[in-house]
Amino acid sequence: MRWPAGFLVNGLLLGAAAVTIAPLAWMLSVSLMAPGEATAPTPPLLPARLTLENYTELFARAGMGRSVLNSVVLTTAVTLLSLLFNVAAGYAFAKLRFAGRDRLFRLLLVALVIPAQVGMVPLFLMLKHLGLVNSYGGVIVPAMASIFGIFLVRQYALSIPDDLLEAARLDGASELRIFRSVVVPLLGPIIVTLAVFTSLGTWNDFMWPLIVLNDRELYTLPVALASLSREHVQDTELMMAGSVLTTLPVLLVFLLLQRFYIQGLVLGSVKE
Amino acid sequence: MRRAGVAWCFVAPALLVIAVFFFVPVLAALALSLTDFDIYALADRRNLRLVGLGNYAQLLQTPLFWQAFGNTLYFVIVGVPLSIAVSFGAALLLHSPLVRFRGFYRTALFAPVVTTLVAVAVVWRYLFNPVNGWLNYALGRVGIPPVDWLGDPHWAMPAIIVFAVWKNFGYNMVILLAGLQSIPPPLYEAAQVDGASAWRQFRHITLPMLAPIVAMVNILTVAGYLQLFAEPYVMTQGGPMQSTVSVLYFMYEEGFKWWNLGSASAVAFILFLFIFAVTALQLRLSRWQYAP
Repeated sequence: MRWPAGFLVNGLLLGAAAVTIAPLAWMLSVSLMAPGEATAPTPPLLPARLTLENYTELFARAGMGRSVLNSVVLTTAVTLLSLLFNVAAGYAFAKLRFAGRDRLFRLLLVALVIPAQVGMVPLFLMLKHLGLVNSYGGVIVPAMASIFGIFLVRQYALSIPDDLLEAARLDGASELRIFRSVVVPLLGPIIVTLAVFTSLGTWNDFMWPLIVLNDRELYTLPVALASLSREHVQDTELMMAGSVLTTLPVLLVFLLLQRFYIQGLVLGSVKE
Repeated sequence: MRRAGVAWCFVAPALLVIAVFFFVPVLAALALSLTDFDIYALADRRNLRLVGLGNYAQLLQTPLFWQAFGNTLYFVIVGVPLSIAVSFGAALLLHSPLVRFRGFYRTALFAPVVTTLVAVAVVWRYLFNPVNGWLNYALGRVGIPPVDWLGDPHWAMPAIIVFAVWKNFGYNMVILLAGLQSIPPPLYEAAQVDGASAWRQFRHITLPMLAPIVAMVNILTVAGYLQLFAEPYVMTQGGPMQSTVSVLYFMYEEGFKWWNLGSASAVAFILFLFIFAVTALQLRLSRWQYAP
C-alpha cells in the first residue's frame, strides 16, 4: 500500500514541477535560438545551434544595457535607503519608548490595507512639482520607507532582550552605538530577509516606474521590456533573451537566499 | 526625556517619508477626485474647478468603467478559488511524508513567484500564440482544436487567469505548507490509534486546523487580485474588445494616457473602498465562522 502511494505523490509532484518550470526553460532555450527558429510549424524545444546573437542584439541595438544599469542603480539605492530607515524605525517601535508609540503603530498597521495605487495620481503631481518626475529620484524617494518593512523588523526586534540593551546603557554606550553594535548584528537575519524582499520587489516593480519614468534612457528592465515587446512582437527569440535578462538576476538572488525569503514571507503573512 | 528624543530620531525619517509620500497622496486623491483636474489644469492650475461628486456620477454612467469592474470581478471570482485550490493541492503533496527531494520541489514550484511579472507575461504571450504557440501545439496533439487564447474575447480573461495562477500559486503554497507543518503530530497519532482513515483525518483534523490560515490567505489573495494591471497591460493591452480592461488598467489610461487625473483619482478611490469593503466582509465572515 505504501509503495504505490509514494509513487503517486512523487509522480504528481514531478509532473507539477515540470509544468511549472517548462515556461521558464522554454524562455531560456528560445533565447539561445537563431532568429526565426522558434516560430516553425512544429516549434522546436532546443536550439539547433546555440547562439548569443539575441543577447548582443539587445545590447547593441535595443539599448537594454542602459536599462540594466537603471535597474541595478535603482534597486541598490532603494534597498540600502529603505533598509536604513525601516530598520531604525522598526527597532524603535519595538524597543524604545516614546509618547504615542503604540497608537502610531496601530495606525500604520491599519494603513497596510490601502493599496499603493490609491495615491499614485497625487504622488505623480507632487513629484512633478518637486522636479522628480522622469528621474531616478521619482522612483527612489517614495520607496525610502515602507510600512511592511517597519512591521517586519519590529516583529523580529521584539525578541531582543531588554536586559541586553539596559546593560549596554549602564556601560555608558550611546543609543546610536547600541543600535550599531548590539541591535543591528542581532537583527542580521531579518535585515537579509528585508533586503531580499525589497530588492526583488523593486527590480520587478512595473506600474510606478512606468508612470514616473518617461525617457527611454531611464526605463528599468520591466518597463523597457514591455515597450520592446510592443515594437518587436514578431521577434520571439529577441523577446525571450530580454525576458531572461530581466528575470534571471532575481531568480539567482532567490536561489541563493531563499531561506531568508521564505522566512519573511511566512513571518509577514501572519500579521493579522 | 533624552531617550524619547533619541527614539524620535529613529522613527522620524521613516515616518516622514510614509507621511509625505503615502498618507498625503492618499488624502489628496480624495480631494482630487472631487475636481475636474485634467490636462488643462496640468498646464495652468487656474483651470481647476471643484465638481463635487461629478467624477463619480460620470464614472457610474461610463460603460467601460462597468466593464472594467466586471472584468476584474471575473478575474477575482474565478482566479482566486482556482489559485488557492492549486496552492492547497501543492502544499498537501509537499507535506506528505512520502516525498523525496522536498526542498527541490518546493523551490521549483515557488520559482514563478519571484520572476519578473512583465518578463514572464511576455513569455506566456508567445506560449498562448494561436498559430505557433506551445499551448495550442500540445492541445493539438491530444486532438483539441486551436484556441485563439488572447485574441478571442471569451478566452482572453481565462488565459490571463491561467497565467496568474501559474505565477502566484507558489506564494500561498508556502504559507499553507507552513500551516500544515504547524499542526501538532499527536492529533494525527491519536486519530490513527482510533482507527480513523486518512480521509477522515484530513476532514476532521487538517481542514479545521487550517481553516483560519485559508481564510487569511483568501483575504490577502482577493485584495491582491483586485489590483490586476500588468498582465493585461503586457499580454492584451485591455483587448480584445476590452474584455481584459481591469479597474487599474482603466485608471492608468484615464490618468496617464488621457490625463483626466480627477477622474482617475475617483477610480482609485472606488477600487480602494471596494477592496476595503470586501476585506471587512470577509474578516467578519471568517470570525463568525471560526468563532469558538
